[in-house]
Amino acid sequence: MSGAEVGLAISVFLACTVEAVEALTIVLAVGTTRSWSSAMSGVGAAMLTLAVIVAALGPALTSLPIDVLRVLIGGLLLVFGLQWLRKAILRSAGLKARHDELESFRVQTDAASTAGERRSGFDGYAFTISFKGVLLEGLEVAFIVLTFGANQHRVALAAAAAGLAVLVVIAAGVAARAPLARVPENTMKFAVGVMLSSFGMFWGTEGAGASWPGGDAALLAILPGVLVAAVAMAWTVRRATLSASVAAASAAPAEAGDQASVSA
Amino acid sequence: MTRARACLASVWEFVVGDDWRTALGAVLALALTALIATTGVAAWWIMPPAVIGLLALSIRRAAREASRGS
Repeated sequence: MSGAEVGLAISVFLACTVEAVEALTIVLAVGTTRSWSSAMSGVGAAMLTLAVIVAALGPALTSLPIDVLRVLIGGLLLVFGLQWLRKAILRSAGLKARHDELESFRVQTDAASTAGERRSGFDGYAFTISFKGVLLEGLEVAFIVLTFGANQHRVALAAAAAGLAVLVVIAAGVAARAPLARVPENTMKFAVGVMLSSFGMFWGTEGAGASWPGGDAALLAILPGVLVAAVAMAWTVRRATLSASVAAASAAPAEAGDQASVSA
Repeated sequence: MTRARACLASVWEFVVGDDWRTALGAVLALALTALIATTGVAAWWIMPPAVIGLLALSIRRAAREASRGS
């Protein structure tokens, strides 16, 4: 397996694990409060839909000329990856709320409990919420599987990495019988953002007709370079945010003191 | 909104998200790379600083918006 294929497998596995953990929380919430059979039917229908999307678009994408594929998919992956990385940096810097599986489980459970009467047999609410949850979380994974896989003509490898991640998360969920709150989702999202942006930049540049010095080995410089820049940005913004909040906190008592002396 | 427009809006939101400037910058940087590559001059060096710069600007905008909002 080449370095780029290892990168493909790791990126897809991490991205799929994060999304599967979020989908598991939704399915657990509706399964425990409403109906397990209907929730699992929703999961099955969503997985089938995702498999059809990947199976239909995968061969269509891989039939494109390699340069067109690389600039198109590399550009899409870069834009998509920068969006992931931006959100991960903002979360890491404390400017965006971190995903909390226990809180998400509580919200979903409350919504499921108050969503009308439960009927015996098929429960439409449990089916729909599970279906939507798995489909929406899975679409990002399908996008990554298709873009990474098509670029290297290894859609099957990308799909296998995604499938393995789903199995690992299901096994962990069955063992824990609770939302997987201890999975370091935000760190994993940061890593996925770095990988998507780096591979997107690499393939997009090659597709645009430029050659990287050292060929595929350039990824060994691009990946750590993007990682260091992203960590530095998160650190800088976190420090600036902390300084601003300390300044605001120390200014508040001083203002209160000024007002007290004026009124006296 | 028609279904087609809603579908396009969903795709846009899915791929581009809430910062269209970064997406536009990435596309322009790739176009510049393609343009310079056609002249036979090395063009690989354009994307790394462009990507890091676009990300830094995007984070700065988000930090400013957050500080204005708080």
